[in-house]
Amino acid sequence: MSDIVEKTLTALPGLFLQNQSVSGPAAAKASFSSRLGGLVRGITALTSKHEEEKLIQQELNNLKATVSAPTTTLKMMKECMVRLIYCEMLGYDASFGYIHAIKLAQQGNLLEKRVGYLAVSLFLHESHELLLLLVNTVVKDLQSTNLVEVCMALTIVSQIFPREMIPAVLPLIEDKLQHSKEIIRRKAVLALYKFYLIAPNQVQHIHIKFRKALCDRDVGVMAASLHIYLRMIKENSSAYKDLTGSFVTILKQVVGGKLPVDFNYHSVPAPWLQIQLLRILGLLGKDDQRTSELMYDVLDESLRRAELNHNVTYAILFECVHTVYSVYPKSELLEKAAKCIGRFVLSPKINLKYLGLKALTYVIQQDPTLALQHQMTIIECLDHPDPIIKREVLGEYSYLLDKETPEEVITKLYKLLRSDSISSETKAWIIAAVTKLTPQAHSSNIVERLIQEFTTSLDTCLRQHAFELKHLHENVKFMKGLLPVDKSCEDMVVDASLSFLDGFVAEELSQGAAPYKPHHQRQEEKLSQGKVLSFEPYGLSFSSSGFSGRQSPAGISLGSDISGNSTETGLKETNSLKLEGIKKLWGKEGYLPKKESKTGDETEALPVPQENIIMENVDQIITKNDQSQALTQSKEEKEKQLLASSLFVGLGSESTISLLGKADTLSHKFRRKSKVKETKSGQTTTAENVTRSSFSSSSNVTYEEDYYLDNFQDRGDKEIKKFSLNSELLDSESLTELPLIEKISNCRLSTPSLFAVNNMEVFHPPQSTAASVANEISLASSLLEETTEHMHSDLMEVCHNETISVSSYKIWKDECLLMVWSVFNKSASELKSANLEIAPAENFKITEQPGCCLPVIEAESTRNFQYSVQMEKPFTEGNLSGFINYQVMDTHSVQLEFSVNLSLLDFIRPLKISTEDFGKLWLSFANDVKQNVKMSESQAALPSTLKALQQELRLHVVDIIGNEGLLACQLLPSIPCLLHFRVHGDMLALWFRSSCSTLPDYLLYQCQKIIFHYRLLQDIEYNSLWYTLRKLRPREVKY
Amino acid sequence: MRFMLLFSRQGKLRLQKWYLATSDKERKKMVRELMQVVLARKPKMCSFLEWRDLKVVYKRYASLYFCCAIEGQDNELITLELIHRYVELLDKYFGSVCELDIIFNFEKAYFILDEFLMGGDVQDTSKKSVLKAIEQADLLQEVRAGPVRKRRKRTKAKGALPTLDTLPAGPSCPFPTSLWRLAPKAPGWPAGPQALTARGGR
Repeated sequence: MSDIVEKTLTALPGLFLQNQSVSGPAAAKASFSSRLGGLVRGITALTSKHEEEKLIQQELNNLKATVSAPTTTLKMMKECMVRLIYCEMLGYDASFGYIHAIKLAQQGNLLEKRVGYLAVSLFLHESHELLLLLVNTVVKDLQSTNLVEVCMALTIVSQIFPREMIPAVLPLIEDKLQHSKEIIRRKAVLALYKFYLIAPNQVQHIHIKFRKALCDRDVGVMAASLHIYLRMIKENSSAYKDLTGSFVTILKQVVGGKLPVDFNYHSVPAPWLQIQLLRILGLLGKDDQRTSELMYDVLDESLRRAELNHNVTYAILFECVHTVYSVYPKSELLEKAAKCIGRFVLSPKINLKYLGLKALTYVIQQDPTLALQHQMTIIECLDHPDPIIKREVLGEYSYLLDKETPEEVITKLYKLLRSDSISSETKAWIIAAVTKLTPQAHSSNIVERLIQEFTTSLDTCLRQHAFELKHLHENVKFMKGLLPVDKSCEDMVVDASLSFLDGFVAEELSQGAAPYKPHHQRQEEKLSQGKVLSFEPYGLSFSSSGFSGRQSPAGISLGSDISGNSTETGLKETNSLKLEGIKKLWGKEGYLPKKESKTGDETEALPVPQENIIMENVDQIITKNDQSQALTQSKEEKEKQLLASSLFVGLGSESTISLLGKADTLSHKFRRKSKVKETKSGQTTTAENVTRSSFSSSSNVTYEEDYYLDNFQDRGDKEIKKFSLNSELLDSESLTELPLIEKISNCRLSTPSLFAVNNMEVFHPPQSTAASVANEISLASSLLEETTEHMHSDLMEVCHNETISVSSYKIWKDECLLMVWSVFNKSASELKSANLEIAPAENFKITEQPGCCLPVIEAESTRNFQYSVQMEKPFTEGNLSGFINYQVMDTHSVQLEFSVNLSLLDFIRPLKISTEDFGKLWLSFANDVKQNVKMSESQAALPSTLKALQQELRLHVVDIIGNEGLLACQLLPSIPCLLHFRVHGDMLALWFRSSCSTLPDYLLYQCQKIIFHYRLLQDIEYNSLWYTLRKLRPREVKY
Repeated sequence: MRFMLLFSRQGKLRLQKWYLATSDKERKKMVRELMQVVLARKPKMCSFLEWRDLKVVYKRYASLYFCCAIEGQDNELITLELIHRYVELLDKYFGSVCELDIIFNFEKAYFILDEFLMGGDVQDTSKKSVLKAIEQADLLQEVRAGPVRKRRKRTKAKGALPTLDTLPAGPSCPFPTSLWRLAPKAPGWPAGPQALTARGGR
C-alpha cells in the first residue's frame, strides 16, 4: 500500500508537470490551430474577392504584429507560420515572415523545426539571400544524433540550397552515405543528386561513392542512385557501358519479383524502379548493338510480364516499347512492341489511346506497315471529342511519308473525304492534313481536284479549309515557308486569333477571293483557321428608294421627335445601360414597333406592317444621321474622318500587299496621284446633296491645303518608311507619344498617316514633281472637297501598259461607294477616243458619273472616270471588272482590262443614332451573334478599343456606359447593325444584332481582327516585344 | 517533375510544390493559367496535355485536382500512378481523406509529399516506409510536446467531423467527400475502393 502511495506520490510531480505541459501548450495549440481553421472558414464564408483581400490583409497585419512581438513563443510562431503559408498559397505577400521561418527552423524543437523548414522551402527560392542564414542550421542538424533532424536537414538540402554553399555541407552528406539507416543513406543519395543537378562539378569526386550506392543492400538506396545514373548516362552514355550488365541484372530481379513485397505497387513489382531502369537501358543501348544484345532478353521478359490490365503495367509497357525502339533494333522485339502499341491504340481508355498514338509516331518511322494496320483506328480517332487526340492524329499521316509518297497519302485522305461515313468536322481535319502534306507533294492533281470539289462544298467549314488550301496552293513558296517539312509533325497553328491568316487572307483578297466569316462553334476548338465564312445570302435589302423618301414629312417629323428624345437619352446615360434591362422595360410598355407605329400613323395615317415600319424607322434614322452630320461636320470632324480613312487604308488590301513587299513602285504612284488631283478639278460630281456642297466654303481651304500636304507626306512616307522603319521603331519616345491607333498602323507598317499625325517633318517631294505639286495646291481648294469630305482609299494601280496606267481608288461616300479610275497617259502623244467601261456585276448597281467618255487624253496627263456603286444584293466580296480602250495616233485601238475588289466593308457606314434609338432598334432585330474575345487590358481599354473600331470599321460609337459600349453601323443602302460590347475581367463580350442574318457574322470577324491587332499592340507595349518585333521583317511578324 | 499542384474544382489552390526555381510572379501566372486549362477539360478527356513546354498530368479525386507537370521524356502513365500513390498515402494517413483534411492540415500533406518525393523524384515507393517515416517524425514531436496523442483515426461515421459542422453551407463550401468516393472507378484502380471497404469494416 505504502509502496503504491509512494509510487503515486513520486509520479505526481511528473503527472502534474505533464498535465501542465499538456494543458498549457495544448490549449494554446488548440486556440492557434482553430485560428487557422477560423481563417479558412472565414475565407470560405466570403463571397467576393474584395472581402477576401480585406480579411487576409487584416490577418497578415495581425500576424506581422505577432511574429515580431518578443513575447511570442516558438509554438505560437509555428502556428503563425502555418497561417502565413496559407496566405501565401492564396497569393498574398507574406515576405515579412520569411526571416521568422528561418529562425523557427533554427531554434524550434522538432515539431517547430519541421514547420520552419517547410515554410522556408515554400517561401524561398534557390537564390534568395536569406537562404544563407539557413546554412548553419542545416550543418548543425546534419550533425545531430536525432534521425528525424538529420532527415529534415537532408530534405531541405534536396529542395532548396544555395549553390555556393554546397562545400559547407558536402562532406557531411558524403558521410551519410555510410549511415547505418537506409532512410538516411537514401536521402543522402538524393541530396547528392540534387547537387549534381545544380553543380555537377562539385560532386565529381564522389562518383565512386555513387557506385557504392548502386550496390547498396537496400533497394531504396539503389533506386535513389538510379536518378543520378540516368542523368549521367544521358550526358555521356559511353562512360557507363560497363554498368549495363548490372542494370540488366537488377531489372531481371525486379521483373522476376525478387524484391520485398513492400515495393510492390498494386501487385506490380517496383514500377518506378522498372521504368527508371528501362530508361537507362534505352540510353545505353542506343546505336550500340553489342550493349543492346545484353538487354534483349530482359526487354522481352518485361514485355511478356506486363500482361496485367492495370494502368501501371501500361506505364511499364509504354516505357519498354520506347526502349525497344531506342536501342539497336531487333526485329522480333520490334514486332512484339508494335503489338503492344496496338493494345494502346485500340484501348477504349483515352489516356492509353493518346499515348498509343504518340508511340505510333516513332513506331511508324521503323515500320510504316504497322500504321497501316491501325489506319482505321486512327481515322476513328479523328472523331474523338478530345481535340488533343485529333492533333495527335494529324501528325500521324505526315509520318507515313517516310515510306510512302505524299501523293499516295493524299490520295488516301481524298478517298476518305469522299466517303459519307465521317463527320464534316473530321473532314475539315483531313483537309488540314492534306494542306500540311501538299507542300511536300510533287504533283498536285489530286489536290487540285480536291480543291475544286470542296470549294463548292455546302459545308462552310470545309469550304473554308479548301479555300485556304487553294490559295496556299497557288503560292507554293509561301506555303512551304508556312508549313515547313520538319515541323509537319507539330500541330499546325493553335492560335485563337486570326493572325496567322492575316498575311494570306490579304493575298486572297487581292486575288479576288471571297473573305471568310466566323463559324462560332469553331471558336471552342481554338482553331485559328476555324473562322469560316457564311455564304448565306443576306436578307432582302432595302431599295435605294428609301433615300428618296427621306425628304418626306415623316423624316422631318421624326427628326424632331428624336431631338425631343435626346433629353430622355441624357437621363438614361446616367444609369449603366443594361440591355437586358431595356428589354424588360420595353416588354412591359409594349413592343417597340407598336410605339413606333404611332409616329407612322401621324404621318402616313395608315397602320403599316411591322417590317415596313422598321425600315421606315431606319430610313428616318439615316435621314437624321445625314442631318446631324451636315450640322456637326466641322473641321475636327473632317480631321477625324481623314484620320480614320487613312487608318482604314491600313487595313485594306493594299496595305497588306505592301506588307508582303509588293509596294515597290511608290514613287511612280506618287506622281500619278498628283495628276489625279489635278485632273479632278475639272470634274465636279453632282451626286452630292445640297447640304454638303455648302461645306466647300473658303473656311475649309486652309484645312484642305493642310490635308493635301499631309497627303504628300503620306505618299512619301511609304518610301521613307521602307528605310527608316527600324529607326522609327527604335524611337520609343515618339512611339509613346503616338495614339494607340497610330501604333497599330505603325505596326502594320502600312498606314500612311503616321507622320502626318505625329507632326513630323513635312515630306518634300522630289524636284521633278515639285512644279506640279505647286500647281495642284493652288487647285486644291476646289478639287478636293470630294475627297476631303469623305474617307477614301489609297490609289492603287489596276492595270498598265507602256502608254497608260490605270489606277483606282474608292471614296466611301455616305450613301454609296464612289469608284474613281484615273487613267494616266504616260506617253508623249495624246490618246484618242478613250473609253472606260465597267462590266455589269450582279451584286452592284453601277451608275456612271458624267464625263466618262473622253475624246482625248493629252500627253502626260490624267483623266478620271467616276462610277457610283450601289449594292443591290448583299455579298461579302465582289469584283468589279471593266476595260479601257483608246486609240493612239489614229492608228490602232488598244484595250486593257482590269478588275477591282470590293468588300462588304466598303458599304459599311456609321449609323448615328441615340442611345434611346439604339435600345429600340435592338429589340426589333432578330439576328444576333455573340462572341467572347480575350483582351489584355480590361475596363480602361474599352474606350480606346471602341475608338479603334470606330475608325477602322467606320462604326458609330453611340454610347459608352460603364463597362459597356454601344456602336451602330449600317450596310448601304439601309441595313442597320447594332453592336454591344461589354468588358468583364479580361474578356470582351461582343453582341451584334441586325435585321440581316449575315451582317453580324461578318462584322464580328472584322471586329475580332481589329481587337486582336489592338491587343497585340498592348502586349507589345507591355511586354516590350518591340525588340523582337524590330528584328523581324514585316512579313515575318506572326503572332 | 517540375511542380505539383492541388486545387479544388472552384479553382482554389490547396497545395503547391515547385521542384525547379521559379519566380513568384511566374508561379502565380502558371498556376492561374494551368488551373484554367485543366478546369475547362471535360471528364471524358484524357489526363494528359501538352502545356507550354511541359507535359501536364492531372487527375481528379472528388473535388480535388491533382496536377503534375513533367518534362519531355517522363512517363505520363507512371506520373498518374504517382498521383494515385500520393492519394493512397494521404488516405492512409488521414483515414479516408477528404479535401477538408488537406485544407486544415496542409502542412501534414506537405510532409507526406516530402517523404514520398524528393526534389521531384520518387524517393520511396513503399507505402509502408513512407508512413513509417512520417509516423516516426510525428511520434517524436509529440513525445516532446506532451503525452502521445493518437492521430485522429477517422472511422466511417464521419458525421462527427469537427470541421464539417462549423463550415457554412454554400456553393463555395468544399464538399467534404472522401477523395475515394468520387474518384473515377476505372477498372484499373483496384486499391482505392477496396481500401475503402476494408476501412468500412473496421
